[in-house]
Amino acid sequence: MELIYALAIGIFCACGVWLVLRPRTFQVILGLALLSYATNLFIFAMGRLTLNRPPLIDPTAAFDASRYDDPIPQALVLTAIVIGFATTALFLVMLIASRGFTGTDHVDGVEKKE
Amino acid sequence: MNWLEHLPVLPIILPLVAGSLLLFMPQSRTVLRPSIALFSTLGQVAVAAYMLYRLVVPQPGLLEHGVEVYVLGGWVAPFGIVLVVDRLSALMLALGAAIALPVHVYSLARWDRVGVHYHSMLQFLLMGLNGAFLTGDLFNLFVFFEILLAASYGLLMHGSNAVRVKAGLHYVAVNLTSSLIFLIGVALMYGAAGTLNLADLGARWAELPPADRTVFEAGVGVLGVAFLIKAGIWPLNFWLPSTYTAASPPAAAMFAILTKVGVYAMLRLGSLLSQPEAPAPFSGPWLFYGTVATMWFGIVGMLAARQLSRLVAFYVIVSSGTLLSVFALGITSAVAPALLYLIASVPAGTAFFLIAGMTERLRVNGGVETMAPQPTTYSAFMAGDPQEAELAENELEEVGVAIPAALAFLGMAFVICVILTTGLPPLVGFLAKFSLVSVLLGPAMDESSLDAWLLIVSLLATGFAGLVALTSRGIRSFWFSGRITPRLRIIEAAPVAFLVLLCVTMTVVAGPIMEYLDLAADWLHQPDAYIRAVIPAEEASL
Repeated sequence: MELIYALAIGIFCACGVWLVLRPRTFQVILGLALLSYATNLFIFAMGRLTLNRPPLIDPTAAFDASRYDDPIPQALVLTAIVIGFATTALFLVMLIASRGFTGTDHVDGVEKKE
Repeated sequence: MNWLEHLPVLPIILPLVAGSLLLFMPQSRTVLRPSIALFSTLGQVAVAAYMLYRLVVPQPGLLEHGVEVYVLGGWVAPFGIVLVVDRLSALMLALGAAIALPVHVYSLARWDRVGVHYHSMLQFLLMGLNGAFLTGDLFNLFVFFEILLAASYGLLMHGSNAVRVKAGLHYVAVNLTSSLIFLIGVALMYGAAGTLNLADLGARWAELPPADRTVFEAGVGVLGVAFLIKAGIWPLNFWLPSTYTAASPPAAAMFAILTKVGVYAMLRLGSLLSQPEAPAPFSGPWLFYGTVATMWFGIVGMLAARQLSRLVAFYVIVSSGTLLSVFALGITSAVAPALLYLIASVPAGTAFFLIAGMTERLRVNGGVETMAPQPTTYSAFMAGDPQEAELAENELEEVGVAIPAALAFLGMAFVICVILTTGLPPLVGFLAKFSLVSVLLGPAMDESSLDAWLLIVSLLATGFAGLVALTSRGIRSFWFSGRITPRLRIIEAAPVAFLVLLCVTMTVVAGPIMEYLDLAADWLHQPDAYIRAVIPAEEASL
């Protein structure tokens, strides 16, 4: 599982970096989205990958720390997703505004002369 | 119930409540909305001033060791979230409030009406700023950074035109990427140390096993890159000049402190992680040469800039580079002079951006500025509200009574700001640079250290380049023939006068300020005391 997980993060990240460096605004925003997926998965992995361990404590059972997953990275990922959503939405608005102002979807607002 | 106990959380709550209230108020309330916002800004100034006062004049029972820990929700650190007020964070809070008030008043002249929700965005920006200075927790630092940045995106686009949207696209893309880098750093540190509380990190990191230690240090390095992007260190600062130039004058003036948030975060984290047995993570040759390169990048930029606001943007880069280079050199006695440089350079930069907003009006007839919002978006926005549109057109006509000596005032303010920023005697900029150089000469003489000499030369070169560039800029702004006497309103002139007077006052009371800064720097070099204050003894022994 670790290998697949690490590969997934790596592929997301590689695609994200490539897209962010592209000249079209839409590609940049997709790249940022992919990069944020990679980051969120990475934070999640930092709480260690476990199976069948809930992050919530069962009050009826006797307490045993090894039966539970670390809840903090999950809380962090949730916050990061929300913030990422908001900023991506804002970036989309700017993208459309830029398209309206300049008539092109190039990130510099001008088409390169061929 | 003692209300003073809740003082530390007020700088966050006040702008949050005011900003949210304003969101639900119709734009037509042209008196009530600015009043609420101004009330909130004034409240923050009062709270910050009172906090400083308590630290300067110690009160029994409060802030005995110069630190106050506010435990949110009653959960003690390291499990709960804490706000920590110490000398450095109180100073930064006061600095933020001291520039927020003039910027706010300045924007009331016209800039708050060129787009929607200006007041809310300014309040949210202040909330993020205050929170970043107060938080004792790494993840909350991230959250407050994001609040700050989200508000700054809005402020940058305020009165949007093609230039601002283009600069904004780059700014947002760079900052979103740096936020992701920030998160990766935080995650690495959490994965290794198992905590996000700054004090707890400081206590634990020296005892980590070697394998975790490597991961932790990698995390600190990644986090450092994120902070350096915010602080505008070469080669991570190409977004900065065009962004600050494109922003409207009040927004740019407020942005003058944003880079210093990155510097503050570096200083805070660096001081907590600098245990005697382990090397400080945020110093060393790479950072030092990077910051010196930043200073030279700023010098070249200042000399090449053709627009006053662009020149000041490069000055902001130079001041970030200067501060971080001093911290990177790792001379503990240089921290207090560097803090003096910090509190002198930020108000001067802010005043400069405001002046730039006014002098740009010299060049155009009738007072309509080149950077004014394009009528298409403006009227489109106003179309929904005919009454407001009418009011706004009157506003655009021309503004207020001309101060007879407007040009003389602008010129004087400009000259004083030049003296402040370039570090000429007799103002506080000179005192800061002089004390920095005198501290640096110590190691420079003793060990014939090249680094200290390099820093001294760069420091003097920034002053010289700034002088040359600003003088030539000033001649072109104030002495060209066929100029129009600018029409300024009192509420545009007063903020600049306030900032200039603030710097002059700082010069007069430099002695007490230096004592305070020495204590603040001392405290920074006792991470154990900070850790003991934040984490109660019984928790630490668990």
